[in-house]
Amino acid sequence: MKRLPEITDKVKRNLIWKSIFRRDYRNNVRDRAQAIFGNVFLHLHPVQVRESAVKLRFTWGMGGITFFAFITLVITGVVLMFYYHPTIDQAYTDIKDLEFQVPFGVILRNLHRWGAHFMVIVVMIHMFRVFMTGSYKAPRQFNWGIGVFLLVLTFLLSFTGYLTPWDQLGFWAITVGTNMGAATPLLGYQGPFSEYLHITPYNDVRFALLGGAQVGGNALLRSYIWHCVAIPLISIILMFVHFWRVRKDGGISKPQK
Amino acid sequence: MNPFIEIITQPDNIAIVIMIIMVTFFMVWAFQQAFQNDRLLAAGLPVDGEKDKFVDTFKPLVRIELIIAIVVMVGLTVWSIAVDAPLEEIANPTITPNPAKAPWYFLGLQELLVYFDPWLAGVVLPSLIVVGLLAIPYIDINPKGNGYYTFSERKYAIMIFSFGFFVLWLLLIVIGVFFRGPGWLWYWPWQEWDHARVVFEPTKDLTSLIGVDSRSLPGFIIGALVVGSYLVGGMIAPYRYWKKNNPELLAKLGIVRYVTIIFLFITMMSIPIKMVLRLVFLIKYIWITPWFNV
Repeated sequence: MKRLPEITDKVKRNLIWKSIFRRDYRNNVRDRAQAIFGNVFLHLHPVQVRESAVKLRFTWGMGGITFFAFITLVITGVVLMFYYHPTIDQAYTDIKDLEFQVPFGVILRNLHRWGAHFMVIVVMIHMFRVFMTGSYKAPRQFNWGIGVFLLVLTFLLSFTGYLTPWDQLGFWAITVGTNMGAATPLLGYQGPFSEYLHITPYNDVRFALLGGAQVGGNALLRSYIWHCVAIPLISIILMFVHFWRVRKDGGISKPQK
Repeated sequence: MNPFIEIITQPDNIAIVIMIIMVTFFMVWAFQQAFQNDRLLAAGLPVDGEKDKFVDTFKPLVRIELIIAIVVMVGLTVWSIAVDAPLEEIANPTITPNPAKAPWYFLGLQELLVYFDPWLAGVVLPSLIVVGLLAIPYIDINPKGNGYYTFSERKYAIMIFSFGFFVLWLLLIVIGVFFRGPGWLWYWPWQEWDHARVVFEPTKDLTSLIGVDSRSLPGFIIGALVVGSYLVGGMIAPYRYWKKNNPELLAKLGIVRYVTIIFLFITMMSIPIKMVLRLVFLIKYIWITPWFNV
């Protein structure tokens, strides 16, 4: 072990090491700042933050936990996509295969399922925290609005994922949910005033959601695309804006009296 | 097994139990900090965080983020090892489960279907929840309580939001998950679900209480008057009250904000009102029109 400093010294002078880590880290003000803005992932943060940002009691870390849950779900979701076909013939048996054929398939699916429930819970608690600290007040009004849309998108992400196993639970949950679309005023065939627009079960909101008049193969494909591609894309864009605005609006809100 | 244990240990319901525990914990923590700051405010002292200094992000913040990430990851992994996600029978359009429940976070809205027609419960009210949430920063003109927990400085905002969040959203979800059985009938957790059970509740419409057929023209007019006077009266009453007792507030709000606030508030309060009418007085509709019923 005597030679450890020599070895690390040698490694750090190596061409490859130096190409990755441009400079040595010494614990001084300049390097602590460099560690943040020299790193693409960490430079989301400012170089310095207020003390409340590092204490649990003010933010509870809820926004960050929500983002972390989202990352977990993206990773497990991508792996699940390798084992899944969005067709009524194969969807259900693919999920069964996760149980019996795929190594660690059960834990993979469990992580995705419980992670999704967890994200819905923590995003609601995040909203409650932001309300209770009055953090939606000036100058953060717009970012609260972005947050509301992200909350709705979280519900929709979970909702569209419900149908993918093609089991009774998902099928009927989606049936109950999309039947509400049929009741939309003007645009749903059972909704008030829709007869004046000649709305039928074959051209209303529900039909657009399901790609048919019933929950079937098209509905499975649509929910799959919304779940795996469209809504995550929209969410990621809104998250960029959300995080950017947290910085631009002055970071974690501080008491203004 | 005891039906209560059975119901709370269903794999998907464990999430609801976790939600109840987490929400209760953070609710207590939030109000505890709010009251603590209120005491400081009353004593004229700075609130928590007001004297904050700046610290380096690297490492204090990065460290705590990493620790939280590890704790969450461990928690999710333990949960995933301990409990398996359910997979029911393959989807079958010819077999309708009873009850057919929406995903748990929408069960509050499904519960509203007992009291309102689908166009209100499933479309209009959810849209208004989103609109109302978006409107909050623009209609709450109280500059106090920005950036710290407090109750005394924003009593009404917190009470209204808490009523919506804890009672109308979360409590209705818990009811939908744990207390609704076949036919969407009420079951206590210790009661066995009985698929043959039928509850005959002779519901009436409001106008039939005074002997007027709710589908007749007089019924239509009376219903319209009741709904209209709720909306118009609800709009005017606070105005007259504030005009007399707090005219500065009205002037500060302005007409657009005032109408938005009161409209959202009376819409929200129509939910508990309709619930009482339906559950206590067995009233189904207040106003029947050829196009929609309220």
